[in-house]
Amino acid sequence: MSSDERQAPVPEQDEPGTTVAASIAMKHRAGGVIVPITTALLAFLIGGLVVLATGHNPLLAYRDIFNGAGLNWIFHPTTNIANTAAYNLSQTLLQTTTLILCGLAVAFAFRCGMFNIGGQGQYFIGLYVANWLGHSFAGMAPLPHILIAVTGATLAGAAWAGIAGVMKATTGAHEVISTIMLNWIAIWVGEWLFGDGGPLQNSANKTVPISNDIADSAKLPVFWGEKELQGLHVGFFVALAALVVFSLLINRTTLGYEVRAVGFNPDAAAYGGISVRMNLARAMAISGAFAGLAGALDMLGYLYHYGQSDIPVSSVGFLGIAVALLGRNTAVGVLFASFLFGALLFGTTHGLTSNVIAPDLAGNLTYIIQGLVVLFVGADLLVLSIWNARKKLRPPHRPAAKHAEAAA
Amino acid sequence: MRGIRKEFPGVVANDDVDFDLRRGEVHALLGENGAGKSTLMNILYGLYKPDAGEILLHGKPVSFGSARDAIQTGIGMVHQHFMLIPVMTVAENIVLGIEPRDVIFLDEDEAQARVRKLSEQFGLVVDPSALVSTITVGQEQRVEILKALYRGAEILILDEPTAVLTPQEAAELFGIIRSLTAEGHSIIFISHKLNEVLEIADRITVLRRGRKIETVPREGATEASLARAMVGREVLLRVEKPPGHAGDVLLSVRDLEVVDERGLPKVRGVSFDVRAGEIVGIAGVDGNGQTELVEAITGLGSMSGGTITVAGRTMHAGSPRAMLDAGVGHIPEDRQRRGLVLEFTIAENIALHDYAEPPDAKWGWIFPKRMVQRAARLIKEFDVRGGGPQTPAGGLSGGNQQKVVVAREVARDPKVLVAAQPTRGLDVGAIEFLHRRLVTERDEGRAILLVSLELEEILSLSDRILVIYEGEIAGEHAGEVSEQEIGLEMLGAGKRTEVA
Repeated sequence: MSSDERQAPVPEQDEPGTTVAASIAMKHRAGGVIVPITTALLAFLIGGLVVLATGHNPLLAYRDIFNGAGLNWIFHPTTNIANTAAYNLSQTLLQTTTLILCGLAVAFAFRCGMFNIGGQGQYFIGLYVANWLGHSFAGMAPLPHILIAVTGATLAGAAWAGIAGVMKATTGAHEVISTIMLNWIAIWVGEWLFGDGGPLQNSANKTVPISNDIADSAKLPVFWGEKELQGLHVGFFVALAALVVFSLLINRTTLGYEVRAVGFNPDAAAYGGISVRMNLARAMAISGAFAGLAGALDMLGYLYHYGQSDIPVSSVGFLGIAVALLGRNTAVGVLFASFLFGALLFGTTHGLTSNVIAPDLAGNLTYIIQGLVVLFVGADLLVLSIWNARKKLRPPHRPAAKHAEAAA
Repeated sequence: MRGIRKEFPGVVANDDVDFDLRRGEVHALLGENGAGKSTLMNILYGLYKPDAGEILLHGKPVSFGSARDAIQTGIGMVHQHFMLIPVMTVAENIVLGIEPRDVIFLDEDEAQARVRKLSEQFGLVVDPSALVSTITVGQEQRVEILKALYRGAEILILDEPTAVLTPQEAAELFGIIRSLTAEGHSIIFISHKLNEVLEIADRITVLRRGRKIETVPREGATEASLARAMVGREVLLRVEKPPGHAGDVLLSVRDLEVVDERGLPKVRGVSFDVRAGEIVGIAGVDGNGQTELVEAITGLGSMSGGTITVAGRTMHAGSPRAMLDAGVGHIPEDRQRRGLVLEFTIAENIALHDYAEPPDAKWGWIFPKRMVQRAARLIKEFDVRGGGPQTPAGGLSGGNQQKVVVAREVARDPKVLVAAQPTRGLDVGAIEFLHRRLVTERDEGRAILLVSLELEEILSLSDRILVIYEGEIAGEHAGEVSEQEIGLEMLGAGKRTEVA
């Protein structure tokens, strides 16, 4: 040990874990499952204070949101979709499906040390391509049609994110900037596609900026509820399978090993013989594939068509960031976080029947809680870095390497 | 300092330590990493409050709330890493915080005059008007010492002051220390280099695991006795090294050129061979192209000219993977940044090169259990302590981390082993282990290239020594050679012009 530990200008290499992924992993070890639960509870608490400030009873408001999300279904389980609770729950799970995949899109890039803010754009690209492919090939057998549309949309999402990945790998362009830019490009591409005279505008009425409906052969089977009533489609199981794929990919494959190594410490990864650039581009593309798949499932599962006016309303890609952060970039965490946000998303909007809380306020509550989660996770990192700085002010309480390093 | 005790959560950093310093003496504080040297000095310098014990200055008890208090009572500290502002002049750095003012602006002439006077008084030669960014490391250290003296320090704490110096600069520093003590200043000299301590100190205090083991006068102390006190057992200070049997050339570097990102040449036409069963040491002051040379040989950095031949395979440009496949093992100079993924488990770290090959993996599928089994075997063989295969590498001590790195590299059975500063930051026990292991690996028939800033390490381990200066080989020695001779070449003085 040596005195330099306590000085301000400690050389960079003395600080293990300088990447975002590394800090998050450190936090993971430090806090386990307690921290994300606390984060969520705290967000709900502050959200409740907002409700209180508007003169409503937060407990009753949360009860109504709980019911609005169909979570009261557990008290009277039934598969009869005519039951309000059952219907609400099916809609919550529909949102959960999308959020799982959008969350994985952010989480996968995180594991490779990158922040994919472009989930929204990648999701849009998936939607567009699924709409195009779903509308084309009418009359094809359902299974191949669905496979073509899903595969095409997933690859398109991968390619879209891959642009940012390749730019990062070749020129070092920061993925945060490039994915935000790509979001805007995706938004305006959609405006053009569905707008007057756009290639995907519906063929029936050339004054309405909405796409055609996809062919029946491309629609995903609904297993709970009715297609006409936006029932829960089999994409839900695809999303659950994606969680398993994510977990296996990260933990049990050489690809995942490379992703984690690059995410934690690119220098050591390169030393190990891993191509850092290739991994950055590839991880970004895999991220985009998850978001593109989300778009495909939404389009083929219940949206069926899309229009200009839908574009600015969608924010599932951004919610995916909160999902990944709250879920600690793990499959299990993403599952729970998606369900939480799925319930909030539906329970505060369409599902809400409440005389306690105004619908506007309820809808905004989702975004307040989303914002608080991101803030707290961010603050968490801040707290952690302050904690680390504090530890640096103390001599080792274990013969830790970084202390040993210093005495050279 | 009497009965000093300091506890941190889970560890007693100082336990009932007594330490006294007499006017005009050099008192060395000796101990392994984590022995409590820094904690003790940080207490003296006001950065920590002791849990028990007291500090007496000139017989009166004092209590420091901060380093400022300590500075005011005449205690100064020169840290291992200097804290100077490179864009300011030497004089500006020294007077920083208590500047002579000319109404509101810094009176540069007055500052320089004061610094010049101070530097003459103690024989610390510096140019007060030079920018700090333009002076050498040795001069920076003098500036730091002057800074402390300018603030009225009577007691100077020097933390591992020679770690960054060449032998010549170290000798000059010792001269400075002697002139300071002659003027009545007292010096606390923190070190883990036994020979230095024996050269400069009047008395030596050895700490081990937070406790004071002994305080001995220099007379009568030997390297062996001090090492025993530090480690708590007999330590082999000199590496037992039977003469090597050099075989075929396994690593051959020809006319290697490396330029940095700014296009400046870092390695300039370097050529040398390393044979099987031979340790070739590269000596040099930090920043003379060693890092770039190592990175070229290991494929981590690019080369702009020349060739590298590993076991018969000639390469003009390498990637880390290509060099690994060619049979180059690498103990990197920064094990935390390069050598290990600290968040990974030991097992995962041991698999860092071979994670994609059987038995660790097949068809892209990883078999964690096999990684763990292999790691468990190597942990045993290399005596890695402080964790099992599933322990994150970041939780190990430096010495054990380095053992993991060495285990991984050696287990791949490399033909060429590049060891860059393999013992940096390690304590005596770990250094002993590493040195023995390098000799063992040499005798296994590997070609070993040892790059180190520790001249002593180079001298004791190498069968052949190359001196690198400004990216060129400035000297080559096969037999006995003195530290002074190599030291001169390290500074460019003994450059073998036109001979090679």
